[in-house]
Amino acid sequence: MNKVTQRLLGPLTLLTLVATVILGLWVTPKATMHDGGGDLVRMLYVHPALAWVALYVSFGTTTIASALYLWKRTRSDTMDRVAYCAMEVSVLFIALTLITGSIWGRPTWGVWWAWDARLTSTAILLVLALGYLALRRANDDPQTRARRSAVYGILVALNVPIIHFAVTWWKSLHQNATVLTVSGKVSVHGSMLWTLLLSFIAFTLWYFWLLRARYRLEVRSDQAMQSHLAAAVVERQREGA
Amino acid sequence: MIRTAWLVTRKDLRIEMRSRVLLWQVVPFGALALLLCGLALGPADAGHSRAAPGLFYLVTLFVALLMINRSQAVEQTVGTAESVATLGLDPAGVFLGKTMALTLELWASATLLLAGTVVVLHTSLIGTVHAVPSVLVTLGAMACAGTLYGALSAGNEGPATLLPILALPAFAPLLVAGERSFSAALHGGALWEWWVIDLVALAGYVAIGVLLYGVLEE
Repeated sequence: MNKVTQRLLGPLTLLTLVATVILGLWVTPKATMHDGGGDLVRMLYVHPALAWVALYVSFGTTTIASALYLWKRTRSDTMDRVAYCAMEVSVLFIALTLITGSIWGRPTWGVWWAWDARLTSTAILLVLALGYLALRRANDDPQTRARRSAVYGILVALNVPIIHFAVTWWKSLHQNATVLTVSGKVSVHGSMLWTLLLSFIAFTLWYFWLLRARYRLEVRSDQAMQSHLAAAVVERQREGA
Repeated sequence: MIRTAWLVTRKDLRIEMRSRVLLWQVVPFGALALLLCGLALGPADAGHSRAAPGLFYLVTLFVALLMINRSQAVEQTVGTAESVATLGLDPAGVFLGKTMALTLELWASATLLLAGTVVVLHTSLIGTVHAVPSVLVTLGAMACAGTLYGALSAGNEGPATLLPILALPAFAPLLVAGERSFSAALHGGALWEWWVIDLVALAGYVAIGVLLYGVLEE
């Protein structure tokens, strides 16, 4: 990422998020009586975008970075850090996806949680992502940690297609895809469609901003660890002398 | 690769035959868990329970976790990793060998647990026999995935607690597919569709294991 992009990322994220809020709350219409939902339809500008980032962008980043780490030509600490940071941000986005879905589900289905294929598979994905973080904390050796995390990152990604097609494969309460459809037919129109697409861009930018911030923190954390280690070695050498 | 797999399978099974951990610890634990499931349902429901396939797979899952931990503990004994590295064994063969041994152990346990469901949870004998092919495939997929997740958690701090966190969510689709096919065998329904899901999962895990097990052993 070059410096101009880095400088623009924050303001652009803020701008698109603010625009999504304004368009989503005041410009786009409520759902009609026929459609039901009223103001609840405004969740459309939050929940699908969160799910898009959680399932595809974030897990995609982890999977690609993990695969690149496992490939010896591209193996580097950078790939390991990117995979780890992306998975950590994933946990946030999956949790937000489940929370916003639950807020939608209560008035729509009458329950906070339903044993629906997509809901359950997304919850399982959250546990898998938490498992990734647990696996990293259980390994002290950086090389072993990176290798195992990379393999696990790829294994976890196998669940993403199951979640995507869950609404097609099983009878589901969750509505079918409205934008990412197999046929390419989009079932949202007008200002709602543009706001929906803007929300996708806004949340994707937010994700990359968070990922960048988390990555920089991880680099500094590693540097601090190295300097502590070096200081401890020097101190031990002095004690020996 | 096949030769290595055969060697590792024989080695793991021989260790199991000598230690008898499966026979005297794991299977009694499974039987006890099955009885406790019956107690949890209560005498009225346990007899004609539609939950029997789910309970069978739940108990099998716990049994599998014990056996995966055991299978990986064998590899963690002093000098084993060095011996494997010195002998230059093909990691894909080691993966297949460990998976095969674990599969056979799981099949042996499941046979006893299936008999237990007939006796304790009153599932029909013919329906249970019809469910056997899907049970074999589901447990094969579980063994494949378990060998991978076992290798991921082995040698870490607290592998016994890490393994369930890593493996149980991944086992969930297998559990669902296995339970549905068992239910279909007992009460009618789409038996083969669920059976095929397990078969695809088995093929996927075998492919990933063959490709990536070596990375875990580096």
